[in-house]
Amino acid sequence: MSSQATATASVWEGGRSPYATNSKKFGMWLFIISDALTFSALLFAYTYCRVANPDWPKPFDFSPAIIFSSVMTFALLTSSLTMVMAVHAMNTGNRASTVKWIIATMIAGGTFVVLHLREWMHLIEGEHVTPFQNPWGVPLFGATFFSITGLHMTHVVIGIIYLAIICQAVARGKFKAEDVEVAGLYWHFVDLVWMFVFPLVYLMSAKV
Amino acid sequence: MSAHVEEVHEHPPVGIPTFAKIWVALLVLTAIEVFLAYEQVPTLIMLTALVGLSVIKAALIIAYFMHLKFERFSLFLTLFPMLIFCILLMLIFLGDATRIPAMRPPS
Repeated sequence: MSSQATATASVWEGGRSPYATNSKKFGMWLFIISDALTFSALLFAYTYCRVANPDWPKPFDFSPAIIFSSVMTFALLTSSLTMVMAVHAMNTGNRASTVKWIIATMIAGGTFVVLHLREWMHLIEGEHVTPFQNPWGVPLFGATFFSITGLHMTHVVIGIIYLAIICQAVARGKFKAEDVEVAGLYWHFVDLVWMFVFPLVYLMSAKV
Repeated sequence: MSAHVEEVHEHPPVGIPTFAKIWVALLVLTAIEVFLAYEQVPTLIMLTALVGLSVIKAALIIAYFMHLKFERFSLFLTLFPMLIFCILLMLIFLGDATRIPAMRPPS
């Protein structure tokens, strides 16, 4: 192998990774792409309903809904930064620092979930919104709102569990830098999806 | 010769200051979006503006936080052209959605 594979061989001839990445990371990328298609299908379905209904409800007051969702956006963006710091610390071999940054990421993610659930409870109990009806007209509002934000919140909760597993393993000296990096990929993806959910679901329905 | 030679992890040529800058940029773009939400413009124009800003934010997250800028270009070529193509295919019927309100009988 060493004689023939050096100068002329293409990475596409087999036996080597053409992406120069480990298979866990490539697997996570494939999952992220397929999950991105799921979310884009949901967001497109929502957008079509939205455009087809000019009287789509705009129930979100600046305070508390928009302020809450902006704080949630801030929490998720900050959690992405702390996750980058965790990956950076793990790449330099500092496990204690990695554990701290992952815990910070989990706290920011937890803040997001708590604030979001509070927002849900406000809509369900305060405004009596269900997936099939709401006090403002177009019944699809509840269905699209709860399915899109619910699926995203499920991803955040799964991400927190994923990070907890990675975190305790790193603390016990197990797992490698690439495992933290792969968990980071998933977490950034959850953040990325919210970057579309927040303007489309919340800001487009802000009560002006 | 080991088969794992090329799996050596290369540290990307960016550090903490870059990540902090990206984070600030994402926060600023979010603030612009919240500001835009209170401007009175037609739904489709608002959609375009907000989604446009979100695409910029997504690109920043993918390029820097998810390290794609520092991976091999072949990884990008494998993953993203088909994703973008599929998403553009989903746009095909948007014109029909905009016509539906005009097609409804007056109530």
